[in-house]
Amino acid sequence: MDGARELLRFLTCGSVDDGKSTLIGRLLYDSQLIFEDTLATLAKDSRKHGTTGEEIDLALLVDGLEAERQQGITIDVAYRFFATPRRSFIVADTPGHEQYTRNMATGASSASLAVILIDARKGVLTQTRRHSYICSLMGIRDIVVAVNKIDLVGFDEGSFDRIVGDYATFAAGLGFRSIVPIPISARFGDNVTSRSGNTPWYHGPALIEHLETVDVSQDLSARPFRFPVQWVNRPNLDFRGFAGTVASGRIAPGDQVVVAASGKSTRVARIVTADGDLAAAEAGQAVTLTLDDEVDVARGDVLSTSADRPQVADQFAGHLLWMDEEAMLPGRSYMMRIGNVWTPCSVTSIRHRVDVNTLEEHAARRLSLNEIGFCNFSAGQPVPLDPYADNRATGAFILVDRFTNRTAGAGMVAFPLRRASNIHHEHFTVDKAARAALLGNAPLVLWFTGLSGSGKSTIANIVEQALHRAGRPTYTLDGDNVRHGLCRDLGFTAEDRVENIRRVGEVAKLFVDAGMIVLCSFISPFRAERRMVRDLLGPGEFVEVFVDTTIEACMARDPKGLYAKAQAGQIKNFTGIDSPYEAPEAPELRIGTEGRTPGECAEEILAALRARGIAC
Amino acid sequence: MTSIERKSRLTPHLARLEAESIGIIREVAASFRRPVMLYSIGKDSGVMLHLALKAFAPGKPPFPLMHIDTTWKFREMIAFRDAMAKHVGMELLVHTNPEGIARGINPIDSGSALHTQVMKTEALKQALDKWGFDAAFGGARRDEEKSRAKERIFSFRGPGHSWDPRAQRPELWNLFNTRIREGESIRVFPLSNWTEYDVWDYVLAEDIPVVPLYFAKRRPVVKRSGTWIMVDDDRLPLNPGETPEMRMVRFRTLGCYPLSGAVESEAATLPDIIAEMRAAKTSERQGRLIDTDEEASMEKKKREGYF
Repeated sequence: MDGARELLRFLTCGSVDDGKSTLIGRLLYDSQLIFEDTLATLAKDSRKHGTTGEEIDLALLVDGLEAERQQGITIDVAYRFFATPRRSFIVADTPGHEQYTRNMATGASSASLAVILIDARKGVLTQTRRHSYICSLMGIRDIVVAVNKIDLVGFDEGSFDRIVGDYATFAAGLGFRSIVPIPISARFGDNVTSRSGNTPWYHGPALIEHLETVDVSQDLSARPFRFPVQWVNRPNLDFRGFAGTVASGRIAPGDQVVVAASGKSTRVARIVTADGDLAAAEAGQAVTLTLDDEVDVARGDVLSTSADRPQVADQFAGHLLWMDEEAMLPGRSYMMRIGNVWTPCSVTSIRHRVDVNTLEEHAARRLSLNEIGFCNFSAGQPVPLDPYADNRATGAFILVDRFTNRTAGAGMVAFPLRRASNIHHEHFTVDKAARAALLGNAPLVLWFTGLSGSGKSTIANIVEQALHRAGRPTYTLDGDNVRHGLCRDLGFTAEDRVENIRRVGEVAKLFVDAGMIVLCSFISPFRAERRMVRDLLGPGEFVEVFVDTTIEACMARDPKGLYAKAQAGQIKNFTGIDSPYEAPEAPELRIGTEGRTPGECAEEILAALRARGIAC
Repeated sequence: MTSIERKSRLTPHLARLEAESIGIIREVAASFRRPVMLYSIGKDSGVMLHLALKAFAPGKPPFPLMHIDTTWKFREMIAFRDAMAKHVGMELLVHTNPEGIARGINPIDSGSALHTQVMKTEALKQALDKWGFDAAFGGARRDEEKSRAKERIFSFRGPGHSWDPRAQRPELWNLFNTRIREGESIRVFPLSNWTEYDVWDYVLAEDIPVVPLYFAKRRPVVKRSGTWIMVDDDRLPLNPGETPEMRMVRFRTLGCYPLSGAVESEAATLPDIIAEMRAAKTSERQGRLIDTDEEASMEKKKREGYF
């Protein structure tokens, strides 16, 4: 057994040419984790793909997927394992090109130290700045600057000192706790596992020596207690436990705890594990707590001490790193996961975008793949959170695309926004139900979506007339009309289309709250925004009407001459021409218009309303 | 035994791995409609099952175990499997690909590649569909093989159980993205960050039962392709002049017996095994005949749905 052997998770940053894969191969090779059969494969591969002539190409030990071996690049995060008698290591091997910022961030999210490679011949480059900034952003505080290929500058002390000086100057503002520069040759092993005779002027540790001994403890157990409830364990009526991993701090039976969201307070009764009850638990331990009182606690809740609680907010500011091919648009609704809570969330504004190469701040209206912005966020419900700098577990979040379910963004809470805590919902006695009853109406939104010229407004107009004749209170929000007033400041870019629908959705919600039937006639090309409006309303209050007319038919009709202009290039961002239309996947009503009169189409909608109990 | 004494048996490293894995297992129970734990009877499965039992104590894991039976497992494995399921009191589902049986697919005549494809990969997909599982635990580790090093802990599978390396989701912190649509599923690897050393250290520290085949014993074997194949029953055809001989051997990995190579060894106890492993010069997969078929073969198998 290895006694108290610890684990260090670190990442390596560098581009292909910096020798990153070679360094990791060297670490595995020198720590004797390469087995004979692996070596035999390696020798075979070196002749086939290698770049080192007759020698074994250590980089091939780690370039895993077939596709990237053929391309000679590393396109994903790989996790490598090696151990020395003093420590176990997990290395996140991440690609260094700018287009792989997301991979680097992924690797950094679980690491507590970064090894930044610099080519001794090239010195501090733009990419070095980028790597360092991302490490800093992701909360890494301890850095090793591995000045590689020192053999290729003749083991020159002056070159090394110059690079170290340059790095120290620029990294001064990045908040690192330690920066340890080491001259190495990954290919030949100098200063990797043991100090090299080729650099007599270097008196510091070899890389492995440093990794074995560096103190990267964050002492999470000394921080305020946070216990995100992961699972409620109810095996029988007599046991109700809250399972989770202690994110920070420590806890003991008898300690008072507070449910962050509700403010309800109770005491810890027992700390249950399969190996028996514990007298205390601290950061990192997966346990099950039982509480003294039957307080309401569910997955997603965070338990803390009463003295030092997380903030509870639905509006906050933070950094966002965008990871999806499809750009982030302010106002668009994503699913956010923070702690164990899933809730809708959107960016309300981008305060600035950070250029990862220069660290300059720029104005931005969207975030594209691999871009980083400082943003304001609005969540669907108040959530317990801490600044990321104080607590990674309660300050980190991801945003997920609501349609593809891809992990689209990685966020770090900076601070809650005050308006979240100061603006409360007032509750009035006369509510939606009361107003609807007075009007004798069942309020809802009829949301007409479809291409320009599909017949949305024409059909909506007929439907509204019929409802009006039947004594139903109605109001129509029309795409063209709102752009003369409510949305006159908006254009037709994807960003503005999102904001347009967000405003219309909020207005429609107010009319529904007033007890009315609202007819909305908008191209509304993106599923995400239609979904957002649906989520604003109660169950059954959003009736999506897909006016399904082919683009060919719309172009043939072209009532406003817009298609002709768009095709002539006179109108930009025209839906169906140079801007996409995402057809509804499961609309409440799909109305085909071709070969039918508008009246027939309207009658189909009215019939559906009657089926819902609306007399018309 | 008091909790303090027991706790002290785990190194900080193992305690940390254990806590991480328990967190992952609980996450699946909390996030999926119908999870299942793939139980392949080997040491990794044993550790995974042990972690699951710990994760939900004092209750039982809220999911069944499932074994894909190729009908060519060692007899001792099957006996061990049934005894374990009974011992832990969890439901055990067993599935064998009936079409494979009907076609007479076997590792000897069909070759290892086809046998694995039909009796393991296809069988697994059938079983997942049959019971409608949306999440399946597997005991794979990232240190096993190069293409595994990039595998996610929550590995996304599209319709038809397809694995597309480019569709894998970035995994940041421990904020797993558990959202899937109908027809999609997730394979979950709670032992991703464990190494072979960790697994054996943990088996020893926690006193986890393992199949006796891991321990050296005199067994009837024949030499094939430079490795020892055990004659576990009379289905293994002997070449002319070939006679089984009794040798002290053990297995580092277990699978279908005609495809699992034994190593000569005197290691008859857990400490012996660990000592032998630390001195070993070959990787554990070396005894698995399926990996050597072609370069990057694991990546190809995964694309097809292999675990």
